[in-house]
Formats: sequence, structure tokens, C-alpha cells
Amino acid sequence: MNGVQFDALREAAPDGVACDGLRVEREANGYVFETPEETRAGLDAAAFEATAAANPWFVSNWHYWQGIEDPARRAYLRWLERADEHGVRERYEALATGVRREWGQLGIKAGLDGDGERIYELRHAADADREIDALDVRADPLDAREIATEDPKGRYRPLKTAPTLRRGWVFAALDGRDLYRAVDYFYPATVANWFREREGDLDVTHYRETATRQTGIYGIVDGLAPEAVGWLAEACCVDSQCLKRREWDESEAEALGVPRGDGEFPCREPCSLVIAAARKLTLLEREGTRTYEFELTPSEKEQLEALVDTVAEGRIDDVREADLGEGANRYRTRFLRAKRVDGEGRLCGVPTREDDRGEDGGDDGERED
Amino acid sequence: MPALVVVAHGSHLNPGSHAPTFDHADTIRASGAFAEVREAFWKEEPSFREVLRTVESEEVYVVPLFISEGYFTEQIIPRELRLEGWDVAAWDSDGTSADHATFRARDVEKTVHYCGPAGTHDSMTDVIVRRAESVTGDPDVGEGFGLAVVGHGTGRNENSAKAIHYHADRLEAMDRFEEVQALFMDEEPEVDDVAEFFESDDVVVVPLFVADGYHTQEDIPEDMGLTEDYREGYDVPTAVEGTRIWYAGAVGTEPLMADVLLERAADAGADVGEAVAAVRRRTRGPEPAAGD
Ligand code: SF4
Repeated sequence: MNGVQFDALREAAPDGVACDGLRVEREANGYVFETPEETRAGLDAAAFEATAAANPWFVSNWHYWQGIEDPARRAYLRWLERADEHGVRERYEALATGVRREWGQLGIKAGLDGDGERIYELRHAADADREIDALDVRADPLDAREIATEDPKGRYRPLKTAPTLRRGWVFAALDGRDLYRAVDYFYPATVANWFREREGDLDVTHYRETATRQTGIYGIVDGLAPEAVGWLAEACCVDSQCLKRREWDESEAEALGVPRGDGEFPCREPCSLVIAAARKLTLLEREGTRTYEFELTPSEKEQLEALVDTVAEGRIDDVREADLGEGANRYRTRFLRAKRVDGEGRLCGVPTREDDRGEDGGDDGERED
Repeated sequence: MPALVVVAHGSHLNPGSHAPTFDHADTIRASGAFAEVREAFWKEEPSFREVLRTVESEEVYVVPLFISEGYFTEQIIPRELRLEGWDVAAWDSDGTSADHATFRARDVEKTVHYCGPAGTHDSMTDVIVRRAESVTGDPDVGEGFGLAVVGHGTGRNENSAKAIHYHADRLEAMDRFEEVQALFMDEEPEVDDVAEFFESDDVVVVPLFVADGYHTQEDIPEDMGLTEDYREGYDVPTAVEGTRIWYAGAVGTEPLMADVLLERAADAGADVGEAVAAVRRRTRGPEPAAGD
């Protein structure tokens, strides 16, 4: 507790103070100072100050939280230190060494500054145990934008909540406001929507409603059948692809039979990436099936299946160069191509269409990015 | 103090697309004119749909970092922001004169001052001039120089050509450059034949685009004959059929663009204090060497 905190408490006392078990009031016969352990009343100014000084954590705790008005930010920062689960003493003991929480791939550690208010450290959750010297130390929450732009291989991340956040950086000492801003730059709107969900007023917009709202080149996405919407969610929204927990479905009445994910924060509506994917898939889904005849060995059929699986799981880079046992091994795949794919790229030389022209699913030609 | 939200297109494919938006937002943030400054994108996050809930202020100025009025400013943005009772008539615009209008958003308890796009604000003309100054490295550039303002054309949106003509006319009226021409990518007069439209030996070419990307970095340089293959780059200036072409790249990357965003908000009633003057001063960075 410092002088500023105590002065603020004395000034607030006439209006009454109540925070995490601390109650302070100013009554006709003096101050009241109550903690979960004891109640002292009729305190004169000196006794009031002495009592406050004997309970510094309660005072600094009150002072910290009374300064945070925005309800979402307040709820989030309190969640970070498990304020709803633990009393002030227990919490301060934990904060002294740091209280850790994970938010997607972010690891956040709440701690105390010298006067009993809060300081936060933010890093990649997987870097939790790394020495700070081994990390790139950042101070400006806006740096989150740059860190979040590319994945570890330098590829652009169009989806902020994809589980592909780079490691190796740390924001060593942020105040509550800057921590909140940094989190919102890594994972925009996740705290706002998490808070709405906690308050019971998350405004979910389901696929069909979002699709109906679209215009221009996206106007067609309402043509995607409910079954395909499920495949779309399975393709893009499961935990291996996106850390938000999908709360939208085909419609209010019709849930998708796809895992929603275990993420801490909800997804309230199909995002722009999913809508852009839906557009391409709507066009592709307009094609009817046809029967083809291919001659493959059983191992070749299995190899094609392994290729699909390896690409879908993003495991290509895990297949070792000399591991010919893997269907997606490059030499195996080149062998298959040499044997089964003709000079025009056709599997087993089988024509794709009657006239055997045109390579894609009839895109409408508009440039899309 | 209110918040400023800058809304832009963004991209799923090109990581450079959001850079000008972030840069200008940072400039305005540093001016201290708003309690919060937030960027939102059609293709990135936060989305237009969710950005309002990420700001704490109850009063929000929304400025589209778009070049012209049209589909995005009139339909997409107001729809996604859920502006209650939005009607394009609220702007009472002739295609380049949208100013601002005030609404409530349906999903948050906030008042939203929805401004016209940056690209059609009068001060955008100054940004074009500043761009010409930066690319030539000459703060007095004008004498002996022609200036071409380049746009998409009317293919998608009639107002996009209007915005180009609007600024070309204003530049003409400034009487600073020898000649001023509006040119287009996909209609006459075409940027491909840039040298034919000018008598001056030096011509500055400024594309009215928000961010550098496919059009400004690949199409236009190749179409004008600055290079056979954009990957090989080109010199500034490059002589094409006897005319020296000073190609400026997207106007939206010019730091002074932050001033336009700020002025849009000020026109809509934001008390930005000294920020306009400060931003105008600050964005006049060190003069780049010619050919940079
Ligand atoms: S729609 Fe799917 S991919 Fe997009 S943010 Fe939501 S859960 Fe993630």
C-alpha cells in the first residue's frame, strides 16, 4: 500500500467501499474497516490509517480494481487472476509468484508491482518456461500486430486465431490496459465476445443468416447445402485449425454435427475467411458427380488416401525425405506421378470432362483476395 | 473522449495490405486526439462486424480508408457495423461529396459518426501533391512536370472514376503542374499510353489506391512499360518513349494520408484540437532522395 492508495481510500470512505471482502465506511462515530477476518468500527483517523496499514493488500487490491471501469476489461483481468475463486490473501500470495492463464496460444502471468497493484507478462504459452533472456522483449502492445502477421515459417496468417502463432517474444511488464490491448491485437474481439457470453448475451449469427446477408460475389454462399456447411466447419473451425469455440451452426434449429472446440473464447459468426472459402466451395459443389474408372494397385489407392490425409492435417513437413513408408513421401509421390499421371496431369490418363478441357470448377472469374 | 475506427479492405493473401492502415492509425494515435484508435477490416480481424465491441468509448468516429464512394462505403460497411436506419441518402452525396451522418449501432450501446471515405475528401488532393513531392524528392515539384492520377475505371463502380476526376480537376485548378490527366487501368484514357497524353518531359504518376498490391506493383508498372517483368523492378524515373515517368506507387501509403482520416473525423464533429496541424507537421518526414 502506498500513500496515494490510502488517500484515495479515505476519500472514498464516505460513499462506502466494498471490494473482495473489504468494506470501508465513514460513520458518525468514525471509520469502519472490515475484512473477512475482522470488523473494526469507530476508528479515528489515526486508527483508520493504522488498520489500513495492517491490511495493505486489501487496500491496494481495492485501489487497483476501482480504477478499471470498463466491464469487459475488468472481468477479463479478474478472470486472469482467478479473482472469483480466491480471496484477497490467497490471491496475493499466488500473485507474488505469478498467476498463469492461457488464452488461445497466449500465456499470461499476472503479478504484483511494488505497491500491490498489477503487472502482467505476456508470451507464447509454449514459451512459459523459457528464460526471459532467450526471448525478444517487447513493450509496445501494438507490436502484437507484427508478431501475429506471419507464422513460424514466414507465411501470412489470414486468421488471427489459427494455432500458428510465432514463439520467441515476451511483453515483460504490461499494465492492465496494455495487456488488454495486446490480447485484442493478437485475438481481436475475443475478450469482448467472451464477456458477452459470460453475461449471457452473446449474439450468435448462424451460417444461414450470415449467408443470406451476403451480397456481391458472396451472394452465392447461401447456395451451400447444410451438409456441406458441416464439412466447411470441419475443414476450418475445429481446434486444429482455429482456437475459437464455434457457437454458430447451420441455423438456430439445426446444429452441425462437428466438434465445436474447447477454446476459452467463442466464435459468434462465420468469419470472412470461412465465407470466402464457402464461396469457392459453393461453386465447386455445383458440380455433379460422374463415374470414372482408374486402375490402381491397393497400395496406390492407399497412397492417395494418405496424401489427402497428410495435406489435410498439415503434416507434409513431418514426412522425412527417405521415409518411403509414408504415402506422402516425396519420392513415393513422384514415383506415383511418373507411373500413373500422364503428360497432361490426368490420373491414369483418364479424361476429366467429355471435352477434356477446363481445369477448375467454373469460377466466375472475379479476382478475389 | 471518443474513439476513432479506421475501416479498410485488408486481405486474406497479401500481408502488406493492412500496412498503410496500421501506419496511419499509429500516427493518429500518437497525436492523442482520440481515447482509442482501432483498425478494422473486411478481410481481416477485427471484422467490421465486431470492431465496435472492441472499443470502450461510447462515441465512435468511423472513417473508411477507401478511395471512392460505392459498394463498400454505401452497403458493406454500414450493414456490417449494423448502423440502425442507415440509408445512403443520409450522406446526400453526388458521388464525391459524402460527409458524415450519425447513427446508433444495433449490437452495442454506441453512437457512430459514419464518415465519407478518405479518398474523396478535399485534403486528399494535398496527399497526391505530397506523393509527387516525395517521389521526386522536390518539395516544389510542379514546373516542367505533368501529373497523372490513375484509377481503376468505371468497371465496377461509377463513383470510382468520379473520385479520380474530382482530384484531377482540383489539381488542375491549383495551377502547379504543367498538365494534369486522369488515367485509368481499364478504360480510356488508359494508363498504358501515359506518355502520349503529356507534352512535359517529366510526368509523375500517382495511382489512387489505398495499399500497394497487385494493381499498383504489377499491373500498372508493366502496363506503362516501366518494366517487362515487375519482379525485376524499375527505376524512378524511367524513360518511356522519351518521357521520364516518376511512378509513385499507391497514394494511400503516403504518411500525410493520416491527416485525411483525421480531417474526416473533425468534419464529423470530433474535437481533434491541434492534431491536424501536428500530423501535417509530423508526416512531412525527411525528404527522400530521388529514385528512392
Ligand atoms: S468461423 Fe471458424 S475459422 Fe472462422 S473464426 Fe470462427 S471458428 Fe474460427
